[in-house]
Amino acid sequence: MIFSKEPLLKVMGMTKYFGDRVGCRDISFELWPGEVLGIVGESGSGKTTLLNTLSYHLEPTRGIILYWSEQQGLVDLGQLSESQIRYLMRTEWGMVRQNPREGLRMRVSAGANIGERLMALGVRHYGRIRKEVQKWLERVEIDTDRANDLPETFSGGMLQRLQIARNLVTQPRLVLMDEPTGGLDVSVQARLLDLLRALVAEFNLSLIVVTHDLAVVRLLTHRLLVMRHGEIVESGLTDQLLDDPHHPYTQLLVSSVIQV
Amino acid sequence: MRGPLKLQPKMKSKSVPLQEGYNFAYLDEGTKRMIRRTLLKAIAIPGHQIPFGSREMPLPLGWGTGGIQITAALIGPDDILKVIDQGADDTTNAISIKKLFVKTTGVQITERTEKATLIQTRHRIPETPLKEGQVIIYQVPIPEPLRFLEPREPETRKMHALADYGLMYVKLYEDISTHGRIATAFMYPVLVHHRYIASPSPIPRFDNPKMDRMPALQLFGAGREKRIYAIPPYTTVKSLDFEDYPFEIEKWDQQCALCGSRESYLDEIIKDDQGGRLFVCSDTDYCQQRREKGKNASPSEVVAMKAVRRKKGDETT
Repeated sequence: MIFSKEPLLKVMGMTKYFGDRVGCRDISFELWPGEVLGIVGESGSGKTTLLNTLSYHLEPTRGIILYWSEQQGLVDLGQLSESQIRYLMRTEWGMVRQNPREGLRMRVSAGANIGERLMALGVRHYGRIRKEVQKWLERVEIDTDRANDLPETFSGGMLQRLQIARNLVTQPRLVLMDEPTGGLDVSVQARLLDLLRALVAEFNLSLIVVTHDLAVVRLLTHRLLVMRHGEIVESGLTDQLLDDPHHPYTQLLVSSVIQV
Repeated sequence: MRGPLKLQPKMKSKSVPLQEGYNFAYLDEGTKRMIRRTLLKAIAIPGHQIPFGSREMPLPLGWGTGGIQITAALIGPDDILKVIDQGADDTTNAISIKKLFVKTTGVQITERTEKATLIQTRHRIPETPLKEGQVIIYQVPIPEPLRFLEPREPETRKMHALADYGLMYVKLYEDISTHGRIATAFMYPVLVHHRYIASPSPIPRFDNPKMDRMPALQLFGAGREKRIYAIPPYTTVKSLDFEDYPFEIEKWDQQCALCGSRESYLDEIIKDDQGGRLFVCSDTDYCQQRREKGKNASPSEVVAMKAVRRKKGDETT
């Protein structure tokens, strides 16, 4: 991990209401370059809302999100125009969805899925795009001769790896992941986690990983936020928090893990 | 195109009588004004799709109701109308539209591209270069060039607003990786005035270069989708491509079996059951004019002409 003076992301009092209902409330945390932050909590606790609000897919009702951009320096996401947000999301940010079918374009080939971000950034040279596609397919361990195949023909694990490649092709600094291992069998999960750890180390990537799987949290994340009813109830270093949970809900969560 | 009409124009077509009881050019004046206002807006923002209150027409959707409504909104008693379908003046769609306007306006109809003031077209731009003062009206089935890649209308509108056009290149990328070249043969997307990506309607990509800096006004009407867009005269229109796979038009190693043209867009016609085939101009007016100007037909050309006539079921050409 490379140490820097400034965090990558600083969230202050972020709140999202859906009418009267709370999506997430008073979320504050910092994320540092190269850090993997886990967010756990039962379903309906506002984890996905938090990710969507963070990436401005949903506009927060209140709160400030500061991001230290490589190109623009310190930016307040709330002050950016929609086109600037979109630009940021496809250059310095990435979003890996739980269901790869939402994060991928299922009607175009794997190669086109990986190349899309490059083309959106104005790369107009087919040969160069193709080269990047090959490189990233190799990096996420998909046979390069599958480049022209439709994602429909891929297995669940391959789809998730393809989605990661599609996001990483522009070398983002921050990737948000919503249940990246959801629905995958255990051996595929393990390979995916290995891959993510390698990518984090290689590119000094910061990850925010939403999951309800404590094993994923233990293996992947450095720091952990526990959410309940839209609020953070406990936060700290992952190992510390899992070994010595203070909040009753965290205790319940940790004790609910089935030991094999 | 001219002011409100007081008098019914003089009958010019001998075969079809002017239909009583209809307003000039079928649509009521209010609707025509609404369409003309939309057209002004469309011309002011080249390539940008403007919604309009598309009306029910006496021809079914898919038969060029968008183009027909634009023509109806613009046509005046002095206009000379040409209607083509796939380049031909004498196919069903073109004939039906011409009949509608002859019955409701009595305007003069022509097949000569250079004589027409209004040209309504489906799937082609005439080979004869258009001039200043002419208006070409395209019938458009799907005005949204991003539609097949992004089915959500709010999303495509946003993409246009933000000029967020990476997705369009995904389509071209797919073509090259599947076919080794950009295989999109028609509805080849264009960038209008360096800003909006627009669909040129289903014309062959052969016609795309004709749109660039065309002296005539180009109007596009989609009746079912309720959209109008426009390209004003002398506007830059660029066909999208990659640096290492530049835009190219179709080429034939054949020439037109009737007029011998090597420059025009050719249709392939099956001659017999033995797999015999020949190529002829898709633009019937262009082909006809070349034949009139040129030498007498050779025996082989006579055979070819007969085959084409049989194919098109037309005795008079």
